[in-house]
Amino acid sequence: MLYTNLKHIESAAEHQKVINENENVMVCCGRMGPMCIPVYGIMEELEDKYKNVKFYDMEFDHPDAHVIRRAPECSGFMGLPFTVYYKNGKLIKATSSIQSMDQITSVLNKEFGVPVNA
Amino acid sequence: MSPENKYDVIVIGAGPAGLSAGIYLSRARLKTLILNEGVAGGQMILTHEIANYPGVEKISGYQLANIMRKQAKDFGCEIRNNITVSGIDLDSEEKKVTLSDGTTYTSYAVILTPGGRPRTLNVSGESDFKGRGISYCATCDGDFFTGKEIVVVGGGNSALEEAVSLTRYATKVNIVHQFNHFQAFSHAIEEARSNQKINFIMQSIVSSFYGNEKLESIDISDLKTGEKYKFNTDGVFIFIGYVPNTSFLDDRVKLNQYGEIIVSNDMETSIKGVYAAGDSIEKKFRQISTAVGDGTIAALAATDYTYQLKSKLKHELIHK
Repeated sequence: MLYTNLKHIESAAEHQKVINENENVMVCCGRMGPMCIPVYGIMEELEDKYKNVKFYDMEFDHPDAHVIRRAPECSGFMGLPFTVYYKNGKLIKATSSIQSMDQITSVLNKEFGVPVNA
Repeated sequence: MSPENKYDVIVIGAGPAGLSAGIYLSRARLKTLILNEGVAGGQMILTHEIANYPGVEKISGYQLANIMRKQAKDFGCEIRNNITVSGIDLDSEEKKVTLSDGTTYTSYAVILTPGGRPRTLNVSGESDFKGRGISYCATCDGDFFTGKEIVVVGGGNSALEEAVSLTRYATKVNIVHQFNHFQAFSHAIEEARSNQKINFIMQSIVSSFYGNEKLESIDISDLKTGEKYKFNTDGVFIFIGYVPNTSFLDDRVKLNQYGEIIVSNDMETSIKGVYAAGDSIEKKFRQISTAVGDGTIAALAATDYTYQLKSKLKHELIHK
């Protein structure tokens, strides 16, 4: 169980529903570990600013998290968390291991556009 | 300067030292702002389990950080996380801190608690293979290396303890260390030496990382012979200590040769009204409990200073 303040994805079906029903989605797939917690924290901070993006987490060890663990874009990843970005249901960007605020906002701005209030 | 950007005290950093300072300052009815580059909690949130913090039998670092953050906020302390300090003016009575988004905050006193961050090797390929074979956390990434031969870099307690824990997954763990002796405690050295899966490559350094999609090999330089050789490995874990996050100060306060802030017994720096606490100051022991103590002393000293300065400024205004 991830005890973050983000919305949690708890099954493969829910994952599919989330990426189908939302244009821009960021999912951080990890554990409650030192490399993952900072990324959850950054996502919590960005939720209010990036209204055009839906932010979720998913527990890495959940069996259904294979939808992210086994994504071709994540092959070669050997560091938690796996952070994935979807546009119109398609995985367009994936990163491995801890990321900084600048690295995350740079991906969000590039892939989903700079928010109006930025 | 809008009044909402004026504070009595600004604290830079939200680890245990910064949050303790925030609790004490807010409780002393000083308008307090904590500016923090990452997530509140600092290095504390990286600790899986804390069992030596007085009054709490066992707690995760994440939970303890959340309790401290809530305590500070409940007393009225404001916290801004994930910011970047781009400018700082500490010399005048009115201190100024500017963020990368252009916002400027002012205060009578500043407490510096920026903490530290894991030291990196800073060699070719290191940034390319982070998360693709290079890791700084055995607990997080150890299981990706099940059945593989890996390398641990370092010779302190973290390096040796994590090397032992990684033998649960890896077939062989090679410890690469630049000296001919370890800096770790003797019990950690003994435990590593008695582990059959651990091999020691002493007086050597990792000088390059190579691979395509993921890490495939490294260069190891033997410091005794000067010889450099290629070493095939799937994973390298780096545990070579911490560096203080003081580069943003740009020598505005007095630092020692390691970049640590020099403070008095009251945690005051070389600048009046500027205090420092926690892992970024010059000291021997770095624990959550010592950071909390430092932060408390800094807050109490800053409280005295701020009330005296406010009283003086009020007096000057009346008699103008």
